[in-house]
Amino acid sequence: MDILEETRVRLAELFSETSTVETPVADETGQEEVAPRKPGVMVLDSARTGAHLDVLCSPDQVVDVAQIMDGNGFFLEAISGVDWIDKQQLEVIYDYTRQDEQNCRVMTRTFISRTEPALPTLTGVFPAADWHERETFDFYGVHFQNHPNLIRILLPEDADFHPLLKDFMP
Amino acid sequence: MTVPVNLRHDETFVLNLGPQHPATHGVLRVKLTMDGEYIVKAEPVLGYVHRMHEKMAEAGTFAQFMPNTARMDYLHALAFNHGWALVVEKAAGIEVPERAEYIRVITVELNRIASHLLWWAAFLLDLGGFTPLLYAFDDREKIIDLLERVTGSRLTYCYMRFGGVCNDIDDEFISGTRAFIKRLRSRMPRLYHDLVTHNIILIKRIKDIGIVSKEQCRRYGATGPVCRGSGINYDIRKNEPYSVYPEFDFDVPVFDECDSMARYMVRMHEMEQSLRIIEQALDKLPDGPVMGKAPKMLKPEAGYYYSAVETARGSFGHRLVCDGGKNPYKVKLRSPTFSNLSLFGEVAEGMLLADALAFMGSLDLVIPEIDR
Repeated sequence: MDILEETRVRLAELFSETSTVETPVADETGQEEVAPRKPGVMVLDSARTGAHLDVLCSPDQVVDVAQIMDGNGFFLEAISGVDWIDKQQLEVIYDYTRQDEQNCRVMTRTFISRTEPALPTLTGVFPAADWHERETFDFYGVHFQNHPNLIRILLPEDADFHPLLKDFMP
Repeated sequence: MTVPVNLRHDETFVLNLGPQHPATHGVLRVKLTMDGEYIVKAEPVLGYVHRMHEKMAEAGTFAQFMPNTARMDYLHALAFNHGWALVVEKAAGIEVPERAEYIRVITVELNRIASHLLWWAAFLLDLGGFTPLLYAFDDREKIIDLLERVTGSRLTYCYMRFGGVCNDIDDEFISGTRAFIKRLRSRMPRLYHDLVTHNIILIKRIKDIGIVSKEQCRRYGATGPVCRGSGINYDIRKNEPYSVYPEFDFDVPVFDECDSMARYMVRMHEMEQSLRIIEQALDKLPDGPVMGKAPKMLKPEAGYYYSAVETARGSFGHRLVCDGGKNPYKVKLRSPTFSNLSLFGEVAEGMLLADALAFMGSLDLVIPEIDR
């Protein structure tokens, strides 16, 4: 079994009720793709999107996903926030990939409230998450619970704003 | 009158390395807790040249962000140009003519050699050797002249366009590049390896210093020469081929020693591999246009896109989120040195300060790329 299939099966176990694997949705209107869909694992066209799997999970599942990725030899490449201000939601994207010839990129997404953004920390699984989470906190104000050192990383330590929020005015 | 400082034998003190320190090559500060000459805790403090490129990306159109990409890693700016061009071309479905991709690869690889040469010069300068800098800058100048000829700038290039490159290369560039390949190959064994690589002083300073294990590389997401110096054969050009790299025959240097010497050797060998790629690309260079068809105003379909390129320092990725508008909705810049530096604290623990500086040099830090 190749790593893509193996990872997909392992991840799908997390979503027992909704374990159906969805096929990529062709988005014609453009709005379809970014609208929240059912949690689960979706196989993507990697030539088109650059990722092989798209995992949409609930905020309390991000650590479980990270543990599966860690167990399967992936590394955490980046954490990005996205501010969907129209829906009053923040999205946090975790990108995982592998350092061997079996190329497989997994994008894990989760949506959280924009007013009180909070997520469990991944620092217990990947030490790389330390700085990436600090950066996401810095730019979006996402509070990573139990992070050992959640302080500003790129902005000045006395900054009182989160500049990548869409309503931030300098 | 100076009062002598009496430290108890188990007492530590805090030492600020930087933000203005020649060994950090830019404005990086490291808060070091020291026990005598030994490091108890090392905590990098970032952000001194933070410019918020990600917000600038959201504020302008796709094309307007191209000049910004060169201002992150100013030593391998063309690879950053290339990365941004590739992710937007992927999102917007733009075809690139073959000749343009060849020219991109030639210029990116030339730029990679220039970056490694500057790293080599600066690294040896950190270790107290001044002369190598003169040799490296002599060779690097040749590359910069060549690149200036086609791109119009010497350091912060804005050469790539969505769908190609803005200038074709001419015969003088091709003959100049061939002459440069010959020149670097003739100088490499004597001036670079005999004088420096085999020098006992260098070997004593960096051999078995700064051990970064395979597992540490994975847990911290280290890429580029840092992971290839730890025995991980991971190079985006091979593992996740992009552009026209699959058409060239080149090796990925991997060393298993995990120390600063291994990272040094990876970069030295990579220069030769880049020369091989350039040589083959010049031989096979197809005719044709250097710009494909691309709309003036790009409006990629809404969705999530990811694309990574191998820069001189590792994997540089863009996580691009589009909402169907003319501006990127979100651009996350995954810079390689940010992750490579994040393991510094763990590795530097228990090291001598002088060794930690040699180790830091072997990571090849470019601060504007960390701070973005």
